[in-house]
This record gives sequence, structure tokens and C-alpha cells, in this order.
Amino acid sequence: MNMNEYFKSVHRDGRIWNLSVALILILVPVVIGVLYHTMPDWNGFLVGLLATAPMYWTVGAIETVTYVPMLGAGGSYLSFVTGNISNLKLPVALNALERAEVSISSEEGEIISTIAIAVSSIVTTLIIILGVILITPLTPLLDSPALAPAFAQILPSLFGALGVVFISKNWKIAVAPVLLMLVLFIAVPALDASTVGIMVPVGVLFTLGVSRLLYKKGVLG
Amino acid sequence: MSFNVNSPVLFVVAGLAVAVVLAQSVYFLVKAWRRGVAVGMDPQKLKRTARTAAVFTIAPAIAIVISVITLSKDLGVPLPWLRLSVVGNLSYETIAATNAESAMGLTFGKVSALTAQQYVTIASVMTVSIMTGIWLVPLIGEKLINGVINLEKRDKKWGEIFTSSMFIGMISAFIGYVFCDFSGVFRGVTAGLVPVLVMLVAAAVMTVLGLASKKKGLRVLADYALPLSLIAGMAAAIPLTAALG
Repeated sequence: MNMNEYFKSVHRDGRIWNLSVALILILVPVVIGVLYHTMPDWNGFLVGLLATAPMYWTVGAIETVTYVPMLGAGGSYLSFVTGNISNLKLPVALNALERAEVSISSEEGEIISTIAIAVSSIVTTLIIILGVILITPLTPLLDSPALAPAFAQILPSLFGALGVVFISKNWKIAVAPVLLMLVLFIAVPALDASTVGIMVPVGVLFTLGVSRLLYKKGVLG
Repeated sequence: MSFNVNSPVLFVVAGLAVAVVLAQSVYFLVKAWRRGVAVGMDPQKLKRTARTAAVFTIAPAIAIVISVITLSKDLGVPLPWLRLSVVGNLSYETIAATNAESAMGLTFGKVSALTAQQYVTIASVMTVSIMTGIWLVPLIGEKLINGVINLEKRDKKWGEIFTSSMFIGMISAFIGYVFCDFSGVFRGVTAGLVPVLVMLVAAAVMTVLGLASKKKGLRVLADYALPLSLIAGMAAAIPLTAALG
């Protein structure tokens, strides 16, 4: 099997898995409804969906276009099923690619990214199962006010550590987008945790534009 | 059958769906591992990748368990367990549950008991709202990835810069987010400094570990630098929050 055939097999298997999971997820509320002989409150469903879906569908589409080229094929199919992409799957893949010194567009990069994301997904699922089984004794500990600040600061901690690695290696590319984002997030009060997902593609497009300009001018070698 | 948000039947339904997702992860892990071995990749490199990913995942996964606990106060355990194991994250699921509950005249965080109909409605809103990526990746994923591969084939240097730029663009957005409450500092509200200082602590620990790992005998540090820096930043958040608000 050559590289193209391998990639094609990943996409074929990914399609089968993801569409199957999509069907199973849709079936969950249906099965619960059948078991308890009830239908959704259609008015509540439509109002709830109208309040939620337009934003989520838009963000979902933007995230797909933005994250898939960074996650690789196998990593994308898995990440978009298991979720927690920006706070877990993408950092784990970035760190693995960085440690293995491979590009995501190479076959080695595809393999490394998929292994990292698959292991992360399995460990996450198992830890959540453990948490669900032990939820009664764990709740007072994990829900305690003493630990709350630590878990509230996962993203700053994560992107501090990842940022120093990637920015130090690509500082010529990084200066402009980091400055832009600092100015925007400090100056525009509407930008907060709920809008960072929308700002990711803005940051990516801006960085690509700056990089192209620097590359054409010969600054990036 | 009387309805209860923590009914064993709901655990079975959620558990079956989680089992399928677990099977998908195992399938892709085995497929990638076999391919890596077949194309001559060093098995030690693959093992190191898996080990580092597993260790790094522990702290964020515990945060996800806390999200399950948070949502379980309204929705019971099975639905948050499913939603946070498949696709979801806390902020998305909280907003979806809040909107669905509010559409039926309920208030998120103040629900004492849901009826089966309310539960099915909330589960439906949460499910349909969040599924874009699952079906969109099968539709356009191959084209997007082939686009990046072809770009690197046409101009290798630009292809590498393109990929790095995507990563930097994403990281810069999150660095900006760390400063989103920083303007409060100018008005004497110091809480906005906490995430900034946490970020700096994690960055400093990562730098020290990165430099130390270059020394003979300490190379293993490089594999664990990210999880250790993550934990250091999170630990620093506790006294920083106590001091700055």
C-alpha cells in the first residue's frame, strides 16, 4: 500500500465511522423517547435549536475548515467525534509533531498525529468513565473551591507552554498575529472565552497573509 | 417505566454510544500504528508519542470530569457523560442545555427534576446543535488535507511555512484570549492578571525544561515538558487567584 492508498483508506474508514457515530448520536434521544413513550416538546425543541444551532453550526463549519489541515486525516475524523479539540486534541497533536520533528502533511506526521489523538481520546474516555463510576466520592474533591482556580486556568497554562515553543521557533511569523490578537482582546470587550473560537480562523488567515508577504520578500528564507 | 435523570437505562444507552466512540479510537490507533511499523518508523518513537499523549491528557481529562459533575446537577450523569465524551465541551453543552431548558420555561442550574419529555427535548437540542463537524469532515476533509499535501508538493518551503502559520495563528488567538480581562487592571481590577501570569509561569517552566532536556541524562524531560508545564501553570493559579482575585 503506497502513501496515497493509505490516505484514501483513512478517509474511507473515517467516513464510515463518523457517519455511523452521527447516526448513533441522533438515535440516542430517539431511543430514550421510545423507552419512555414520549416525544420531544417540539415547540421547546425548535426554540432551543433556533437559539443554539445558528451559532454552533457556523462555528462548527469554521472549525472544520480551520482545524482539519492541522489535525491530519485520521486525527480529524477522531477529533471531530471526540470533541475538546482546541483544549486537548490539537495541543496533543502539535506537541507530538513537534517532538517527532515531522510535518502534518507527511505520512509520518499523519501517523504521529493520529496515534497522539487516538491515545488522548482513549485516555480521556477512560478517565471520564472512572469519574462517572466514582462521581459520588470525587465530587467534593474535584468540585472544591480550592482546586477550582487551577482547572479554570487550563487554557492559559496550555497555550503558555505551547506558545513559547512555537513562537520561539517561528518568531518572525508570530510577532504580527500575537500583537494583533493582544490589541483586539484587550481593546474589544466583546472578545472573551465565548468568541475565541471565531478568532482562531481570523488569526490563522491573518498569519497566512503575513507569512506569504514575508516569504515573497525573502524574509523567511 | 418511571423517569429519572440517573436511571440505569440511560447509563446503558449512553454507555453503548461511548463504547462505539472508544472502539473508533482504538481502531484508528491500531491502523496508524501498523502503518507506522510497515513504513519503517521507529517503534520507540511511536511508543514515546503514545506515552507523552497519555500523560499530557490526564489534567485536561480531569477538567472534563469536573464539567460532567457541573452539568450533572441539572441533567443527571448519563447525558453529560455522553455529551462530554462525544463531540462536546463544557461551554457548548452548557449553552445548549441552557437554551433548551429556557425554551421550556426552565432555568439552568435551578432544575430539581426533569420529565422524560423535557429530557428528550434537551438531549435532542444538544445533539443536533453540535454535530456539524462529525458529518462535515467526511464531506470536505479529504479535499482540505489533499490541498495542504499538494501545496507542500508544489513548494516545499512555502508548504512548511503554511503549516507553521496555521499553528501560530491558532496559538496567537488563544494568547490574545488570555488577555481578554487584562484591561480591568487599568481600573484596579487585578483578576485579569491571573491568566496572564499563569501563562507566563507555564512558558517559563517549559523554557527551563526545554533547556534542561538538552543535557545528557535529562533528555526524557523533553517528552514530559508540556504536561509538567501545564501542571505548573495550573498549580500557580491557586495562589495567584487567592492573591489577585
